[in-house]
Amino acid sequence: MTPNTHQFLSIDLPPILTAVFASLACGVLGNFLVLRRLSLMGDAISHSVLPGLVIAFLLTGSRSPSAMFIGAAIAGVLTVAVVELIRRFGRLETGAAMGVTFSIFFALGVLLLEQAAARQVDLDPDCVLHGMLETIFWFPPAQWDSFFSSATLAQTPRQVIVTGSMALAAILFVTIFFKELRLATFDPALATALGMNASVIHYALMILVAASTVAAFEAVGSILVIAMLICPAATARLLTDRLRTQVILSAVISIATATLGYSLGAFAPIWTGHHSSLSATGMMTAVAGGLFTLAVIFSPTHGVLAKQARRIRLAISIAREDALGLLYRFEELGPRRPTHAELAETLGRSIPIRLGLRTALRKGEIIRDGPSIKLTDLGRRAAASVIRSHRLWETYLVKHAGLRPDHVHETAMRLEHIATDSVRDELAENEPETRTDPQGKPIPPTNYRSQSG
Amino acid sequence: MSPHAHHPASITDVSAAWPTMEELARALTLQAGFNPTVVTLGTTLLGVAAGIVGVFAVLRKRALMCDALSHATLPGICLAFLIAGVFGWEGRSLGLLLTGAAASAILGVLAVHAIKASTRLTEDAAIGIVLSVFFGVGVVLLSLIQSLESGNQGGLKSFIYGQTAAMHASDVAFMAALALVAACLAALFLKELSLVCFDDTFARVSGWPVTWIDLLTMAMIVLVTVAGLQAVGLILVIALLIIPPAAARLWSDRLTTTLLASAFIGGASGYLGSVASYLLPRLPAGSVIVLVAGAVFLVSLLFAPRRGVIAGVMRRAALNLRVTRDHAVRTLLEQGPLTTADLTRFGVGSRLWVAPIMWALARRGDTARSQRRWSLTDRGRRDAARLERNHRLWEQYLMQHADVAASHVDWSADAVEHVLSPQLIAELERTLASSTPSAGRK
Repeated sequence: MTPNTHQFLSIDLPPILTAVFASLACGVLGNFLVLRRLSLMGDAISHSVLPGLVIAFLLTGSRSPSAMFIGAAIAGVLTVAVVELIRRFGRLETGAAMGVTFSIFFALGVLLLEQAAARQVDLDPDCVLHGMLETIFWFPPAQWDSFFSSATLAQTPRQVIVTGSMALAAILFVTIFFKELRLATFDPALATALGMNASVIHYALMILVAASTVAAFEAVGSILVIAMLICPAATARLLTDRLRTQVILSAVISIATATLGYSLGAFAPIWTGHHSSLSATGMMTAVAGGLFTLAVIFSPTHGVLAKQARRIRLAISIAREDALGLLYRFEELGPRRPTHAELAETLGRSIPIRLGLRTALRKGEIIRDGPSIKLTDLGRRAAASVIRSHRLWETYLVKHAGLRPDHVHETAMRLEHIATDSVRDELAENEPETRTDPQGKPIPPTNYRSQSG
Repeated sequence: MSPHAHHPASITDVSAAWPTMEELARALTLQAGFNPTVVTLGTTLLGVAAGIVGVFAVLRKRALMCDALSHATLPGICLAFLIAGVFGWEGRSLGLLLTGAAASAILGVLAVHAIKASTRLTEDAAIGIVLSVFFGVGVVLLSLIQSLESGNQGGLKSFIYGQTAAMHASDVAFMAALALVAACLAALFLKELSLVCFDDTFARVSGWPVTWIDLLTMAMIVLVTVAGLQAVGLILVIALLIIPPAAARLWSDRLTTTLLASAFIGGASGYLGSVASYLLPRLPAGSVIVLVAGAVFLVSLLFAPRRGVIAGVMRRAALNLRVTRDHAVRTLLEQGPLTTADLTRFGVGSRLWVAPIMWALARRGDTARSQRRWSLTDRGRRDAARLERNHRLWEQYLMQHADVAASHVDWSADAVEHVLSPQLIAELERTLASSTPSAGRK
């Protein structure tokens, strides 16, 4: 084993493992908080555990982890209960109730902490916020062959074990009760009707959230806990519509966030020539935010870019259909074909219109004929289909929606683009004998064949 | 600024040196010296400003937006400090740091809006993301500052937990201006603000500039937050904005009263909190201010006349009492004289609950007791007949107008007859005058 490896194993691996486990526990549970609009429960709990910790400390007089854990857990569960009480009796919305609760709890914690600090006791509020990730060490053996002996494993840092078992518990809970959680999240009323106790599931989830908050934040600090309860789940939610995929994705994102964040915090400054590392938990939070931002922009289904592209494609396709329809109407009026300028005058000169015309040219639906523009046979068939749905809609609007014949054109202009073949057939079935629209113009048949060139 | 130097004997020693009455009176009347007076005035005015602005934040359901906003100030503070360092300015200059804080707070608000508008995530998730990520970036920057130069960043941490003692006379002037502006804006735009708070859709369709009114509120929240950073720190500044309005709302349904009460609670918390932290050693002012506000909230939650927990419990008990009394009287009318045990058997209530009620009825002259059996007096009979009539009327109403199956009528009629108002009874009599009695009884 090289000294470098040994150093990595003793200094870097324990914090990485702790952060990964803590992130995993929070990330997996967070899915259900985000979906149930309870994202900020983690925020509330992680602020309010402070007095629990300090009281446990003041009572026992030591930093015994189990006492601190119990104190924090009591404070966490108490927060959930007090928020519910204030919401019900104080008639405040959940957000305000949480804000009132956790700020009072936190203030109490800071006050008690000052009392403890005055007694020269090391209990730093910063640890609560940023965690003590950098202080987790492990002393691995110098040789690989004695690596998996029981003596070595017994020296595993407590934080690794605590967060590891919490991650395991969270994953088991979500795996075993996936069906129940899904139902209780999306339709609590149905869940209750099917004989599940939705509120039991709710409280079980809340207790697990409180427990993983408490387990995680001693090691990684409350800020990372809050971020991990929300960011991976929110990121995954932008990438998929299926809950199972979302949970798996959020777990992957949590692991990636923790390792990437630690590397950026611990190694990147050294690579760039600095002596000391940056706050690893802060960096993980920043990475979580970065990954979320990437998903907001680049998600193939829900990303800003994808949505914008869809909108542009739709605008172009509408512009193309409008142009074809306009040319078709010119043909109905007489032999004269419009010039490019006339077309642009009616349709406008916006970018989608130009792109739409170009698409129609490229597809061979229209051709230039000197200064004017003509429909090809292919274009005429496409145009007939657009005009058909336009006039069918007009007929429908007049007969069934009670609109006046001279008022339906604008609405039909919009509806013609969203009429699929099946909608069109259904519209036509309503009025089998209709051959003309309310203004007396012929409705092109389905199997339209061009008569003229 | 602490008037005492107290050295604890051990870590379990929780004793404190209590101030004398004289010191208390001096601190309360702002005569304890220049510095404590400045702090007390500053926190009081801050409390008033936050109390006023917070009402709109809470009513507009923006409570946790304030939290996101205050956490989002940290990277701005750190960046301002770093930039000042690059240009060689005085890094601790408060104005510069607070400008940075305000800028990144505004960025945070915009980020929440952007996430809400461009993704399918809900507001709470957007708030949580902005809150944690901005704060995380702030923590990274803080560690960067720490690694660049040691010892010089001490002032920055005081923004997280607050440091009232660092308040200057100029800060008090700022707080006073802030409170004044908040009060004036609230008074000037009371109609607009209340419209937007209670029915923003209506305000929007009536042509009110809802977006601008919201922006105005948001700007005021940013100002209060930035002002509060120094006093209570960025984690607890949300308490100043939310707790006074939450407490005030328990006392009143009227916006003007709520505003005044909230401003008063905020001001009083700031005043009492800073006085207490001056008098008692080792009490951090920010936390004490929040805890005073929290105590006011707790008292309000328990004792508010209509919305308080105790008032609610009393109301429910009074209703229970009336329900049991009415049942007992009606059962006696139907069944003739009965013992308390009989009444329990007829489902009126448990013996321990029924017995005192029967004695109370006897004192009023509605019932008389002979050979352990209760019977109705003439007066009680009249009362019972009225109740019975209401019950039948309600039965009819449910059957004819609410499509309830005849077999279910009696059950729900028992539950609701106690809430019938005289007007409703008159109306039922009118509508059902011609109908025949139901369920085979008269």
